[in-house]
Amino acid sequence: MSKELIRLKDVSMTFDGDTVLDNMNIYFNDKEFLTLLGPSGCGKTTTLRIIGGFLVPTSGDVFFDGVRINDVPPYLRQVNTVFQKYALFPHLNVYDNVAFGLRIPKSVDEGGTDINSESSGRGKRKKSKKVKLSKDEIDQRVQEMLEVVSLKGFEKRTVSSLSGGQQQRVAIARALVNRPKVLLLDEPLGALDMRLRKDMQQELKRIQQQMGITFIYVTHDQEEALAMSDTVVVMNNGKIQQIGTPEDIYNEPKNAFVADFIGESNIVDGIMRADRLVEIFGRQFQCVDSGFEKDEPVDVVIRPEDVDIVDVTQGALTGLVTSVTFKGMHYDIIVDFKGFKWLIETTDFCPVGSHIGIKLDPDSFHVMKKSEYSGMYGDYSSYSAEYDEISDAEYQEEESVDEEEYYES
Amino acid sequence: MKERPSVGGRVLTILTFVFLYAPIIVLIVFSFNSSNSRTVWSGFTLDWYGELFEDSLIMSSLSTTFSVSIISALVATVAGTAAAIGFFNMKKRTRAPLLAINNIPMINADIITGVSMCLLFVAAFGFLGNFTGWLNRVFGFNLPTRFTQGFGTLLIAHITFNIPYVILSVMPKLQQMDRNLVDAAMDLGCSPLSAIWKVVIPDIMPGIINGAIIAFTMSIDDFVISFFTAGSNSQTLAMAIYTMTKKRVTPKINAISTLLFLTVLILLIVVNIRSSRQEKKLQESMKIKKSFVR
Repeated sequence: MSKELIRLKDVSMTFDGDTVLDNMNIYFNDKEFLTLLGPSGCGKTTTLRIIGGFLVPTSGDVFFDGVRINDVPPYLRQVNTVFQKYALFPHLNVYDNVAFGLRIPKSVDEGGTDINSESSGRGKRKKSKKVKLSKDEIDQRVQEMLEVVSLKGFEKRTVSSLSGGQQQRVAIARALVNRPKVLLLDEPLGALDMRLRKDMQQELKRIQQQMGITFIYVTHDQEEALAMSDTVVVMNNGKIQQIGTPEDIYNEPKNAFVADFIGESNIVDGIMRADRLVEIFGRQFQCVDSGFEKDEPVDVVIRPEDVDIVDVTQGALTGLVTSVTFKGMHYDIIVDFKGFKWLIETTDFCPVGSHIGIKLDPDSFHVMKKSEYSGMYGDYSSYSAEYDEISDAEYQEEESVDEEEYYES
Repeated sequence: MKERPSVGGRVLTILTFVFLYAPIIVLIVFSFNSSNSRTVWSGFTLDWYGELFEDSLIMSSLSTTFSVSIISALVATVAGTAAAIGFFNMKKRTRAPLLAINNIPMINADIITGVSMCLLFVAAFGFLGNFTGWLNRVFGFNLPTRFTQGFGTLLIAHITFNIPYVILSVMPKLQQMDRNLVDAAMDLGCSPLSAIWKVVIPDIMPGIINGAIIAFTMSIDDFVISFFTAGSNSQTLAMAIYTMTKKRVTPKINAISTLLFLTVLILLIVVNIRSSRQEKKLQESMKIKKSFVR
């Protein structure tokens, strides 16, 4: 395991009495691609801004390489940020934007590393040498970085003449050219269209591996998080819900919130009758989970793709198809089981109004302990095809609202 | 479909413009009149313009006007820009009332501003005189104890009434600026102060330049406030014109007024063109962004 680089210890953040982060404890490893994932207002951007130095936590400590950096201002930290709407300098061309950070003389202490400790923060900073890079070195590094983000030949272009994806690359180059130990990315692909987004995901992953540094990535898009990350941190209401690899998070969600937020999930009430034996809808099924008390009430997750549709006579459960949506690769069908609506992904066409049976393998069940989120998610009664897009749009709106709050406070 | 204005409407429009501009046109036309008369046209001449440059009173007031306008515009631009950036970084609760206070001097009657400044200077000079008198007595200095209004007070007054205009023209530029720019600059190693120099100032430069031009224009054509604060030794161009009307009136007044009118007109046109160009540029860049954002 690689070494720990950043640690947040008991970090809380309150704006005007609103708790945005609630006693957060987390560490970030060197050279890791970590994603903070959650709905808007969950505190993920706040976490990023605390690491960047733009916000000072109300309580708790931030450590960088073992040194407390709560009061170190952003311009003395060894992290760089790619901002949500790029925040490129409109009065500078591509080259000057990328060279911006390199042209600022940096303080260097005896050991030759950038100033980073508490004692050398604001105010009582020691008289340290300011080192200015030579023109040739700046040029070499800028060119190198433009190469990395595939923007060679764009040096003299104005920022406003670039497309969204190109602007995004400039923003990444501008941050990376300073050779930070950590790159913070705040929803960097939020403004791009679907195709470009997919390309940039690959690109970002490639750049991260090529540079060999830590990426801390903030997004509300779970697909993006699963596709790119080494580690995913799912957040809600200022609390960490689960930390794990993308596979862990998807296959073994800790509670109903995570199960619902990552992918599609049918979440039903169940009772653990014994190890590897779960009861739902009054029927007992073999499963692979154990370690629960006998007769403990639990939440059971069944992913829509794990359900096999069989003839109504052979089904362990039978239900009525109430809606069918064609999704290209498969159909999304909504099936009513005794008043609880399930989402099932299937390649077989089942017309609305038909009765079907379903079969469930033992490994299609995932059993979770009851939590504060039990009963809030996983029922598809209000499902419609546009639902996802609508909720996406809401995220965007709210995100910009709480951004305003940061500045006002 | 555009509706054609009715005959009555057109007549009304024409009349409005006649009333607005007839006096100025008459003024300009008679500045070229070869006789002294202000009612009878007797031929074209540029003599009156030539005479302007031989009139020492006009030339000295012209230099006063320009020095006061340029210096006050520069100082007000620096102070106003700093104030606007300060306001911008305040919480909304503090910012809103301060901006409202900033607007009061602009809608306030010039005569009130002028008289109150005049009274303030007199009072301040009174105190200052007492203080220097006391210094002279106690320490045996030989400081002047009587102060009078002059170029200094005129300049202070002009700076004061110019600042709100600069703030008003810089503020919208700041509000259009992406707030993340400052964060980005600090992220890349700028201290807060150098972030303002390297990122904020270049970004709001068009607003600053417009503010400076407006301040200069306001200074150049101010009469009332100058009248109360210039004292008896210095005189601006506007004041010189006023004094000339009290003596025998010659078309020289027409000539100098025409020049003043044209200067202010040109400056205002420059400001308007700049503003509309920036507006256009902003809309275009928005259009470009929109086409890339889904």
